Amino acid sequence: MSELTIYDKSSPKRRATSVAPLNSVAINDIDSKFLRQEKPLLPEVSELDVVRHYTQLSQKNFSVDTHFYPLGSCTMKYNPHIMQNLASLCGFANLHPYSLVEHSQGVLACLYELQEYLKQITGMKAVALSPMAGAHGEFAGVAMIRAYHEARGDSARTEIIVPDAAHGTNPASAMMCNYVVREIPTLPDGDVNLVALKEAVGPQTAGIMLTNPSTLGVFERKISKIAKIVHDAGGLLYYDGANLNAILGKARPGDMGFDVMHTNLHKTFGTPHGGGGPGSGPVAVGKRLLPFLPIPVVGKKGKKYFWLTEKEIPQSIGRLSAFAGNVGIMLRAYIYIRLLGADGLKRVGEFSTLNANYLMKKLQDAGFVVPFPERRASHEFIVTLRKEAKELGITAKDFGKRLLDYGFHAPTTYFPMLISECLLIEPTETESKQKIDAFVEIMAKILDEAKTNVDIVKTAPHTMSVKRLDDVKAARDMNFVWKKDKE
Amino acid sequence: MGFDMPYIPHTEQDIQQMLAHLGIDSVDALFSEIPENLRIQNLTGIPEALSEMDVAKLMRERAHSNKHGLCFIGAGAYEHYIPAVVWDIVSRGEILTAYTPYQAEASQGTLQIIYEYQSMICHLMKMDVANASMYDGASALAEAVLMAARANKNATSKTILLPKALHPAYRQAIKSITAPYHLELVEIPFHNQKGDLNVDALQKYAGKGIAAMVIAQPNFFGALEDADALTNWAHQQGAIVIACVNPLAMALLKAPGTWGDKGADVVVGDGQPLGAPLASGGPYFGFMSCKQEYIRQMPGRIVGRTVDVDGKAGFVLTMQAREQHIRRAKATSNICSNQALMATAATIYMSLLGAEGLKRVATTSHVNAKNLREKLIAIKGVKSVFNHPFFHEFVVCFDKPVAPILEKLAKRGIQGGYDLSADYPELGNALLVCATETKSEADLQTYIQTLEKVL
Repeated sequence: MSELTIYDKSSPKRRATSVAPLNSVAINDIDSKFLRQEKPLLPEVSELDVVRHYTQLSQKNFSVDTHFYPLGSCTMKYNPHIMQNLASLCGFANLHPYSLVEHSQGVLACLYELQEYLKQITGMKAVALSPMAGAHGEFAGVAMIRAYHEARGDSARTEIIVPDAAHGTNPASAMMCNYVVREIPTLPDGDVNLVALKEAVGPQTAGIMLTNPSTLGVFERKISKIAKIVHDAGGLLYYDGANLNAILGKARPGDMGFDVMHTNLHKTFGTPHGGGGPGSGPVAVGKRLLPFLPIPVVGKKGKKYFWLTEKEIPQSIGRLSAFAGNVGIMLRAYIYIRLLGADGLKRVGEFSTLNANYLMKKLQDAGFVVPFPERRASHEFIVTLRKEAKELGITAKDFGKRLLDYGFHAPTTYFPMLISECLLIEPTETESKQKIDAFVEIMAKILDEAKTNVDIVKTAPHTMSVKRLDDVKAARDMNFVWKKDKE
Repeated sequence: MGFDMPYIPHTEQDIQQMLAHLGIDSVDALFSEIPENLRIQNLTGIPEALSEMDVAKLMRERAHSNKHGLCFIGAGAYEHYIPAVVWDIVSRGEILTAYTPYQAEASQGTLQIIYEYQSMICHLMKMDVANASMYDGASALAEAVLMAARANKNATSKTILLPKALHPAYRQAIKSITAPYHLELVEIPFHNQKGDLNVDALQKYAGKGIAAMVIAQPNFFGALEDADALTNWAHQQGAIVIACVNPLAMALLKAPGTWGDKGADVVVGDGQPLGAPLASGGPYFGFMSCKQEYIRQMPGRIVGRTVDVDGKAGFVLTMQAREQHIRRAKATSNICSNQALMATAATIYMSLLGAEGLKRVATTSHVNAKNLREKLIAIKGVKSVFNHPFFHEFVVCFDKPVAPILEKLAKRGIQGGYDLSADYPELGNALLVCATETKSEADLQTYIQTLEKVL
């Protein structure tokens, strides 16, 4: 406990000497009123201390490289190691964002081709790569919808429609664009309630945000009707690309009537999640929103690549970050697409769907309840533990924690909020049948434990570096910063 | 189904068994709920798969065609030496391929690293609380502006004062990101001779109930602002003070939490100098920290220390009632994924360097820049623009257009700086030049000699 954090391992004046300039130089040309008088409180440790500390911390994590990670909605597939390796080549890593374009042709060629590939994959007309995460892409997309209506002088459109099953980022992105969110319900079969949609649309409708397949793990079958209803009312359609993995190479949002969308390169295109980012959320648009793309975009004239800015896209919603976005992540996604090729991308959709449906069926066989038994699963599906919670007193949380003890990361729990005590399970295409069978065996075993030895499930996990943590204390104590006197 | 399936482990036997279990004879049957007219048979316009070896060959060629010699460009992205340990550890699969730490017990590595990161940022900035990171410096500043406009209940206007000597791309990002909220963004000019904020131009905003003021330290020209006086002035106006700083410079310069009598209220910036490679502009990360009183208005994730059922210390995501997955349309921001891995790199970088190491990197950078400036303005046809203390960047101007000079330098292996003439035409043929600790005396000489040749 006394040696918990890197700060606790400090000794005064200890340093990793070789990593900084060996000589200390004095400064005599800056007035002392600008200068810091006391040193910042940072760790004082050796290089070996740092290596051991962070290596040991890494070992307290579950990750795709170490564990099956069926976290629904997050697409925790294998991230080919070669992507990391090649994106880190010094020709890429050491290039300044303001280097002359003549000297950045190699990286620009990759980005331009990635834009072109994403156009084909999504069925849209143009792509801007710069948004740095899914939510950043959502903001860009909804801001383009706003710019479209404003350019037409249509200022009465104040609402964005969002189904009740949507990711939290959808209503939050609409809020960031100063729209009022109007929620519409889902039918018991998992599709959007068209009657409610028809009632909701009108001259106040700016657009609708949809995920398809939805967060309920089913394909929205009436998507063409939805598109017609919204378009007829003068609104536009936003596609949340979080679940694009399910239909990769099988169907395209552009063909479904969507006007704008984002893709998550860190889900569908195999780039690593990094413990919470960096992701990358390129936006793709149809004809209506072409003039409003965020800058910069990579253009090509003859054989030369260059950056398109507000000069070429005068109605652009503008710049959403300082430079061109998470270029290193885009390079990884480019490499991923080249490794898989057209057929490989199509197999992603096929095998992620096969794995999910197989796993869903096996879990049903083992006695688990799914809320949409008559539907095909997409690349993910929901199990509800409503019955187990009532009869055995165990929750989705308990189940998730017990899975950790058996070396499986927990599925997403308590999302979507519509389904009580739910597990959202996404195996991805890179897991084998044998791994999925092993997961089913453990799920069945935990269900058995819940009947015979419920305490072991309710107090799980037992084998992690810590047991269940006190969330209430964390919020009450507000201990967010290591302090010298606190220990 | 063939067997050359990149990253898909299924054997023919597996596939047949799985299909049989589902009672179907082809994978295509699983897509029966997608209306026929929306289904596609094949992707067009995407090349066939390559082997790892062939992709490596292609990418090495592409990397090689990115030419870069000695880099003297800064302008928001800085070349610093990154110790080997940093990316060796960050690239470990356990860190690289983990998700956001929602399952705390299986994510103690990531969670503790974020806690340590928050601690280091707070101690460097002298602030109370930091979040787990933002996308980059510009978007973090835009979110800080939105946060301040929301949090300042006393302001009688939606006016936000921004220095014109704030990074032009940051000003553009603030404009795009805050546009839906119709804030009044006012640019305060810089002082003609000094390059810092023109204090006289501030006076007309006194008593106008401004909501917030942004102070950049150092500013885009590398010039140091009189942060104490500006902070006090803004606080007298009832404004929230947002500091936008280079984190490395804070090893040397006064920390925002100590500016003026009360300190800055929100501090943001780009963390790139702390261990992120230049990488054509990203991934980097934005950092954000604030005073305790604004914590509930802060966007992004926060990690808190707590205990488990046995009383053992551990870490969890906390204060989540601010966030989109709980509050949806009432959240403080839509941010979900951030740049956690880059913050991890910064944590390891700061641990390795420590306060002394960071200060040496900062002072060496400053001294290199100072030496380079003296040598440059001694060249005929090169003039100094501002006469004022600076960090590791400064402005010079030429008696002819900058772009051709930069092109000639580039042909000789020098990236000479950032051409200011488009963003600041009032400065004439001005160039922003940066030198960090990566430059040797010989490198500075090379720049000088090459420039003399091309002028």
